Amino acid sequence: MARYITKRLIYMLLTLIIIATFSFFLMKMLPGTPLTMEDKLSEAQKEIILEKYGLNDPVPIQYLKYMGGLAVGDLGISFQFDNREVTDIIMDRIGPSMQLGAQALIIGTIIGMLLGLVAAIYHNGFLDYSSTFVAVIGKSIPSFIFAGLLQYFIALKLGWFPVALWGTWQHTVLPTVALAMFPIAIAARFMRTEMLEVLGSDFIQTARAKGVNKFGVVFKHGVRNALIPLVTVMGPLAVALMTGTLVIEKIFAVPGIGEQFVTSITTNDFPIIMGTTLFFSFFFIFIILVIDLLYGLIDPRIRLAEGEK
Amino acid sequence: MDNTKPSKDLFVPADRRGEESEKITRPSLSFWQDSFNRLRKNLGAMAGVVTLIILVIMAILGPYMNQFTPYEQDLGRSYIPPKIPVLENISWLGVDGMESTVIEGESVDAAKNVAKLKLGAANADFIEYKVLDEGGNGEKAKVEASLDVYEAKGLENNFWFGTDSLGRDLWTRTWHGTRISLYIAFLAAAIDMVIGVIYGGVSAYYGGRVDNIMQRIIEVLVGIPNLVIVILMILILEPGILSITIALTITGWISMARIIRGQVLKLKNQEFVLASRTLGSPDSRILKKHLVPNVTGLIVINTMFTIPSAIFFEAFLSFIGLGLPTPVASLGTLIDDGFKSLQTNPHVLIFPAIIISMIMVAFNILADGLRDAFDPKMRE
Amino acid sequence: MEKLLQVNNLSVSFDTYGGEVQAVRGVSFDVHKGETLAIVGESGSGKSVTTKALMRLIPQPPGRIKEGEILFEDKDLAKLSEKQMEKIRGKDISMIFQDPMTSLNPTMKIGNQIMEGLIKHQKMGRAQAKKRAIELMELVGLPDAANRVDQYPHQFSGGQRQRVVVAIALACNPKLLIADEPTTALDVTIQAQILELMKDIQKKTDSSIIFITHDLGVVANVADRVAVMYAGKIVEIGTVDEIFYNPKHPYTWGLLGSMPSLDSADEDLYAIPGTPPDLIAPPKGDAFAARNDYAMKIDFEQQPPMFKVSDTHYAATWLLHEHAPDVEPPATIQRRMQGFAQEAELKTKGDRS
Repeated sequence: MARYITKRLIYMLLTLIIIATFSFFLMKMLPGTPLTMEDKLSEAQKEIILEKYGLNDPVPIQYLKYMGGLAVGDLGISFQFDNREVTDIIMDRIGPSMQLGAQALIIGTIIGMLLGLVAAIYHNGFLDYSSTFVAVIGKSIPSFIFAGLLQYFIALKLGWFPVALWGTWQHTVLPTVALAMFPIAIAARFMRTEMLEVLGSDFIQTARAKGVNKFGVVFKHGVRNALIPLVTVMGPLAVALMTGTLVIEKIFAVPGIGEQFVTSITTNDFPIIMGTTLFFSFFFIFIILVIDLLYGLIDPRIRLAEGEK
Repeated sequence: MDNTKPSKDLFVPADRRGEESEKITRPSLSFWQDSFNRLRKNLGAMAGVVTLIILVIMAILGPYMNQFTPYEQDLGRSYIPPKIPVLENISWLGVDGMESTVIEGESVDAAKNVAKLKLGAANADFIEYKVLDEGGNGEKAKVEASLDVYEAKGLENNFWFGTDSLGRDLWTRTWHGTRISLYIAFLAAAIDMVIGVIYGGVSAYYGGRVDNIMQRIIEVLVGIPNLVIVILMILILEPGILSITIALTITGWISMARIIRGQVLKLKNQEFVLASRTLGSPDSRILKKHLVPNVTGLIVINTMFTIPSAIFFEAFLSFIGLGLPTPVASLGTLIDDGFKSLQTNPHVLIFPAIIISMIMVAFNILADGLRDAFDPKMRE
Repeated sequence: MEKLLQVNNLSVSFDTYGGEVQAVRGVSFDVHKGETLAIVGESGSGKSVTTKALMRLIPQPPGRIKEGEILFEDKDLAKLSEKQMEKIRGKDISMIFQDPMTSLNPTMKIGNQIMEGLIKHQKMGRAQAKKRAIELMELVGLPDAANRVDQYPHQFSGGQRQRVVVAIALACNPKLLIADEPTTALDVTIQAQILELMKDIQKKTDSSIIFITHDLGVVANVADRVAVMYAGKIVEIGTVDEIFYNPKHPYTWGLLGSMPSLDSADEDLYAIPGTPPDLIAPPKGDAFAARNDYAMKIDFEQQPPMFKVSDTHYAATWLLHEHAPDVEPPATIQRRMQGFAQEAELKTKGDRS
């Protein structure tokens, strides 16, 4: 197991270095510098600003400084907000994003699992078709459409929840629901397929032949075996939610990383764009690693196979 | 039972073999016929096909169905609500060209006044009032005021989907945008398919060191979230149809390549391929009879899933400000516009939102149907 | 002997897109206390479906018990509710499945899987059930049971897993044990061990066994009586001696003729021509007629009834009708039958000395 983790960590590091390098040189190719915003400055002032952002050094030196900064978690200084470190800005805004993402992931997965479970138990029945319908809708329709519908009908017309902004738990409801549709759909589909397969397997027949009742068959024998593969979709789901938060935060004006990111794109604040990109990449790779390890932990077959090596 | 007393002359040997015992009762169908038959029986998938055909036809013809062009501006007719003949009579659809508002006030008249100001005092002659609640007894009066915008502005032509802030006809723009979104999606899916199939095929076919190196490259690429790559690419390339397509394909081909490689590797070692090889079939025959038919289904299915995801990404990019530059319309830019006036003029958002949802749902159920149809396990 | 189970005219069908598949078409047999009944037949003959129907383990839909009675200790199992059936499964009747690699839950400890039935049917506490599980594991010949009880199925070999499956089936001392090809998926050497184990256990517990197999060698080894199934019907039933030394049905002749033996090296093995009929549209007369070398006109017209050969021996073939011409089994099969008889004689002599 230790060797496996080490190997995965090395891969993770390698990927991060590649992304960082790639981002750095892309940034060099971009037209924007801090000067594009304030072009009425004197030469001397420009010089000071370039010095501040380290843009006077030759590119290889800039690269080394940049990578060195990354190693200690320094993502540079924002163009837009004077003297604010990108790392600080991200840390300031990570809370709402994490809360939204986690709520949507947890609530969505649980509801989705239940839907999938019901669909599998009542295979080819009305509940199966309804849950499949919900899954197709949730998977197909983009979250920003749901967000629009919720904002217009629930918030504007009915006034049940705030239209936008952040603060109380009521503010989190609509964005969470809009974000959760995708995990609901994916979890429901996946759970249904897995559950049907598990319920058709031989050991379920063994369990029934023992006299285990329907409830026991489904929950004690079925669900656990169906849950193990479900863990594999959690990674891609978390990433999809990350994408989702960008638009959802913009629509509901949630002060999270995504909203900051979208604003930075419109204001060409490249250090923030790059910093957030790297942060997202790190998060993504980290989640995938955690999921893989988790998978090894809950499946006794894999646990042993790794232990024997 | 008369079984016990059968007539004696039946007890003579019979000629048993009319070749009956060896007869195969089921008609022989080719793989494609069989898959197609099963697809045809799938109601959802067929509904998806029909929806897509209609949407594609509308994307091609829609912009020419009235006299407006997608870029023609007229600030004098901004935010005209939609009006569709015949359907205008169904009030809850909201396509009657009316702008309406519900106002509460101390008295009925006070409410009417507020409503008049809200809808524009100049239009006072064209406003109809409906009293929802007389008020009194401490309760507020409630009045619904409706303004016939078409009459007030003296418009003769109907804007079926209404107009946007610059007075552009949304019907034309929506179908025009659908066309561009579909174009980007089809192009991206086609490029993904070509690169993915070649990469995956080469990797699996040559195997060994070639495969090893190609797989390491993929492993690193897979580690990078595609969102990040797409955004970075758009930042360097100026936003445009081509640059969005390129950005989408930079990571899009990977899943196709992996699927193709996996399938080819699996097939290469499968007994029926080995058997065919043992019988001395040349490579070309194995390729034609065994590999291609078994891989084609997967390619089609995967492409069917790529197209909606490309449409989604295009809309997503437009939404975060990396989409097509104005005044070009795509479903994404239209939806982005729609959000800007969601509170006052929801019609700007609703039509492109419905169409993008229909496209996504149709492609997804079609892809699901195809997957079921091509799955040999489903053959019965 | 006392009857434990009596099956009358049992029919099971599956509703598929192609139509109704009549997997079992009016099967009747009974099982006595302490005996082993073997059901033989080729794939698709309905033997597995019959036994699954006994336990009501047919997936419904698409399957359904169309008609017939399953009388077990004066109860008609075909009419019990699912709840009542749960009390019988694993307690009075239990089942051993074919493939030990898939018939155990991969994410559950072996011990828990054995204990499940004990806790449910015998109302044992966990500690007591675990003790009993270890005993059972020792009984079925799994060494180091005290440690292995907490292991997962993948840590066991195929033969060991089948022993676990046997232990699960035996947990509550069932009166009837149904073994659905319990040795088919195993290596030959392991097969023999599992068969010995089952015989051994039957001696100790005096339970009845229904043994499904397509391997006649196994039948000769374990069974008291044999039922031969073809196309969803029992075509011949009798004691193991009657079926092996004096078979009456041409299909049984074919089965016996197609079984290799040590001294069959110089003879040709007999192959039954053709394939079994499509059970969506079973033929009008005798289902075996089209493959039968001795078929008569009546075989294509009417289904043969069960003709009595002796008190214990019945066969469904028109060849036993009074009007039928006298037909002898083919020469190779006659030699075979003599061979079996001699072998058996040698064996009994050997046993006595």
